[in-house]
Amino acid sequence: MAERTFYNEVLTDHNLHPDNKYQLKDPNKVKEGVNPSCGDDIVLQLKYVDGVIEEASFVGEGCAISQASADIMINLVLGKKKEEALHLSDIFLRMIKGEATDEEIEELEEGGALQDISHMPARVKCAVLGWRTLNEILNEE
Amino acid sequence: MSDNLFTKEENDYIRKDFPLLNNREIIYMDNAATTQKPVQVMDSWRRYYDEYNANPFRGVYGLSVDATECYEDSRSAVAGFIGAGSSSEIVFTRNASESINLLASSLCDMIIKPGDEIIVSIAEHHSNFLPWQQAAKRLGAKIVFFECEEDGEFKAGKLKELINDKTKLLAITHLSNVLGRINDIKTFADICHEKDVIISVDGAQSVPHIPVDVKALDVDFLQFSGHKMLAPMGIGVLYGKGELLEKMPPYMYGGEMIETVTRDGATFAEVPHKFEAGTVNVGGAYALAEAIRYYEKTGFEKIMARERALTKAAMERIDAIEGISVIGSQNAEDHEGIITFLVDGVHPHDVAAIMDAEGVCVRAGHHCAQPLLQYLYDIREKKNTGGISTTRISLAFYNTLEEVDRMAEALAKIRPEMGIV
Repeated sequence: MAERTFYNEVLTDHNLHPDNKYQLKDPNKVKEGVNPSCGDDIVLQLKYVDGVIEEASFVGEGCAISQASADIMINLVLGKKKEEALHLSDIFLRMIKGEATDEEIEELEEGGALQDISHMPARVKCAVLGWRTLNEILNEE
Repeated sequence: MSDNLFTKEENDYIRKDFPLLNNREIIYMDNAATTQKPVQVMDSWRRYYDEYNANPFRGVYGLSVDATECYEDSRSAVAGFIGAGSSSEIVFTRNASESINLLASSLCDMIIKPGDEIIVSIAEHHSNFLPWQQAAKRLGAKIVFFECEEDGEFKAGKLKELINDKTKLLAITHLSNVLGRINDIKTFADICHEKDVIISVDGAQSVPHIPVDVKALDVDFLQFSGHKMLAPMGIGVLYGKGELLEKMPPYMYGGEMIETVTRDGATFAEVPHKFEAGTVNVGGAYALAEAIRYYEKTGFEKIMARERALTKAAMERIDAIEGISVIGSQNAEDHEGIITFLVDGVHPHDVAAIMDAEGVCVRAGHHCAQPLLQYLYDIREKKNTGGISTTRISLAFYNTLEEVDRMAEALAKIRPEMGIV
């Protein structure tokens, strides 16, 4: 049986009142991320200049986990350099596998609210959708 | 009436036969996906392997003859269960999907010419849509959609308008796995036959829950899966009218479907064997026959009375919860154990995850029926949370009123838990 406490306030708040869910003006990097089996579908939009994520937003649809995770991710990577963003992404993906240390998870700030996904294999894809899409953009070069 | 149906003694009497329901602390409400298995059925499967197993048809020795008898007696049991005229009208397959693929290949090759039309209902499971879609592409035919009303009813008048000189086939479900509503197959069959159109019916959801008589319905083909009706996974059925099956070419080639084989060609066995290439699933067929005996022993009268009372209770409980809307008909009588719904503001995957945390197994997603859900989504002016996805509960006679109550309690907690007041 799944963890009872999973849908915590951080998560439901980012789902219902996202900070970064809107159409970005003139993004220079746009990438769609899809989980075909469950229908999560987001489009990540960046203003990515000289290796720095200057602006970021997402639009799309999906479960609370996919939406909240993408929203929290953007808060974390805004203004960050490529290497810093990839570093956070690496921690997040390892956290979801249950392999990150507590100190590392602290670096993720609110992202730590998704820690319990490691006990819910059916929802891993939802939690990593935003991060996976970000990695694809950053690793394109 | 429901007082007598759901006494503790009665519930215990039924549920003692289902080990999983006793071994796991869950409320299982995904019966449209697959049912749990009674101990009698799994014992019979084991018994076949412990006492009768040999490769059927081939051996001259007694044991092989026993295995053949197990298989052919099972075929007769299936024929009797659905009212087929002869057991040679029953082809064993892996599941309903394979049965439909067989038709889409063999039957379509025989009857479909470029420019012909195949009518498919909008409510079909992908299994009863994709095989026809691909056959139409292969043979240069056209797929025509038979659409339902918003309450899930398929109207005979609409079907009549769709049929023309090019129409060769109608593929439609007896009972949609999303809408849960019984379709008027006999009327549709009469309309088809007036115009020499073949009707093929997906019985995967109807055969396990209501009595189905292929002669009374006058369908040309019917398909269903064993695993949705108490039998193990891996055994399914294609019923076809004898005169059609006899004319159709084989679907797969291999052992035991031949009469003679030479360097240059072959002649094929009689129906149904010409459609059963290779070593067949005797254990599965034997267990399916035991599942049929289980149905006959329990009786559809009791099964339907329980399932309909459970459905009515579930609809009432769901109606009382704010922010939940049921897809299709709003009347309990139009839902044969299947209730698909939306929770306003909450994505169906979150609904299913929270229900799972309460121990209730329900299905979330597109239920392998994306064209239908897209159609209903468009009708609803795209107002659903979660796009075309929905949540579904599907009941079986071994469910109880207490389980329905607990399901509804779990459902009532979802919107508050997700921060929606």
